[in-house]
Amino acid sequence: MNDSSSRRRFLFRAVTLVGGVLLAGCDRLSRSAWFTRMLAVAESMNLAARSATANRISMAQEFTETDMSPSFRSNGTANPSSPDYQRLAAADFTDYRLEVGGQVQTPLSLSLADLRALPDRTQITRHDCVEGWSAIAKWHGARLSALLARAQPLPSAKYVVFHCADSLDDDGTLYYESIDMEDANHEQTILAYDLNDEKLPVKNGAPVRLRVERQLGYKMAKYVMRLELVDSLANVGGGNGGYWEDQGYEWYAGI
Amino acid sequence: MATNDRLYYRHTLPIRVMHWINVFAFFLMLMSGLQIFNAHPALNWGKSSYNGKPPVLEISSSQGSDGKAIGTTTIFGHTFTTTGVLGVSDEDGSPTERGFPSWSTIPGPQWLAMARAWHFFFAWIFVLNGLFYVGYSIASRHLRRDLVPSATDARSIGRSLKDHLLFRHPKGEAAKQYNVLQKLTYLIVIFVLLPGIILMGWAMSPWLNSLWPGWIDILGGRQSARTPHFVFAFLLLAFVFVHVFEVVITGLWNNLRSMITGRYVLPPDDRHE
Repeated sequence: MNDSSSRRRFLFRAVTLVGGVLLAGCDRLSRSAWFTRMLAVAESMNLAARSATANRISMAQEFTETDMSPSFRSNGTANPSSPDYQRLAAADFTDYRLEVGGQVQTPLSLSLADLRALPDRTQITRHDCVEGWSAIAKWHGARLSALLARAQPLPSAKYVVFHCADSLDDDGTLYYESIDMEDANHEQTILAYDLNDEKLPVKNGAPVRLRVERQLGYKMAKYVMRLELVDSLANVGGGNGGYWEDQGYEWYAGI
Repeated sequence: MATNDRLYYRHTLPIRVMHWINVFAFFLMLMSGLQIFNAHPALNWGKSSYNGKPPVLEISSSQGSDGKAIGTTTIFGHTFTTTGVLGVSDEDGSPTERGFPSWSTIPGPQWLAMARAWHFFFAWIFVLNGLFYVGYSIASRHLRRDLVPSATDARSIGRSLKDHLLFRHPKGEAAKQYNVLQKLTYLIVIFVLLPGIILMGWAMSPWLNSLWPGWIDILGGRQSARTPHFVFAFLLLAFVFVHVFEVVITGLWNNLRSMITGRYVLPPDDRHE
């Protein structure tokens, strides 16, 4: 073996070794509390940047029918397995009631017909998944702002929590999500009951799913059963405001 | 004696600090970006992923006849077997289905939430550092004096190209200045690739999309933006490789010292020695 090839080998090993140590270091940082708290500063800065620029005024882009994806992909749960949900689905959701409670003056219990009687909105928007894919579809549903106006939130209410019928866990934890009042009262925030001019299919969240168009897909809870207005997210699930948030994803998913 | 005469203060403190912050942030962004890409290892062109057109690039895996996993990469309809690096690679010693291999991603194992946390934290540092750099370079005249090509430069492009290909490097007084190809490359990186990759990154954010609905259609749409974001990242990586190569062959320690202490020893000009 000549000199230069052994030197090359040494160099290669040195680079591999140093690289390996650095990568292991990064992975250890990812598991340390102080470092992940530091990384989370970015979410606060993103939220501050949003407040400085957007809030209720800015609108998500809307598209034309020619832009629509051939079919709207199902992601997460495709068919909730709970007997209660299966019973509702078997009866075409005629027994479905959306419960609205928590910090409101007037708790509500709404059938699908009640929801369809609320002021509505139709929008062709793009769904951006946190994984990186996107799809464009037409959504039609009740304006959440109109529903909240009926329920009359107390001044202390800061968030709307969505309790769902589906579970992504083996232990049966039901999906939950939350948004703030800014997003809840946004013009494009709707509880969608139609997708592409047909009743919302089970695979996409029947009978009702949330649309929060200026955030990522995981915020848009499917199979919504109950709305709860709260003043703090501390007692919601693991305390971070949503199922995926409790797995480390950002609560503010505008990025 | 000559060494002291030829010692030249090349990089000011702010430039040196910002250079190393940039090195650090760039690699963390690149590697966390590859981990994010792995969550959906495909690139499309259009307003959404599902627009009736196949992806321009897709990394996937399948089962071979012998039961072993095969990694494949498809670019513009041409499929290549890339087992070991793309599609299927070793993670903790066993073949795993994943886009980019664990040695190229932060975190190593599949972990999208954590990769996003790294990516967006260092994005703030990267962007703020870049803004300070541009502001400083204009205010200190670094941009005008050192980076914008002069009329003489414009005439010497051909010669500079030949010098690079023959690995001939400027000596003496001439080594105080960047050569014309170097200037143009830095300008393209600073004013095309870096702002471009940041803009393409912003184009993927639903909130930033909403600030001026439809602005991302200038870039071909949201799903399109993800493609040049990825391509620009690799162009920047290519720049880093060429940059480090030039640093090594034109005097590793001298160049490294000039970016750490600021001092650069001018290579002796043969005619005067």
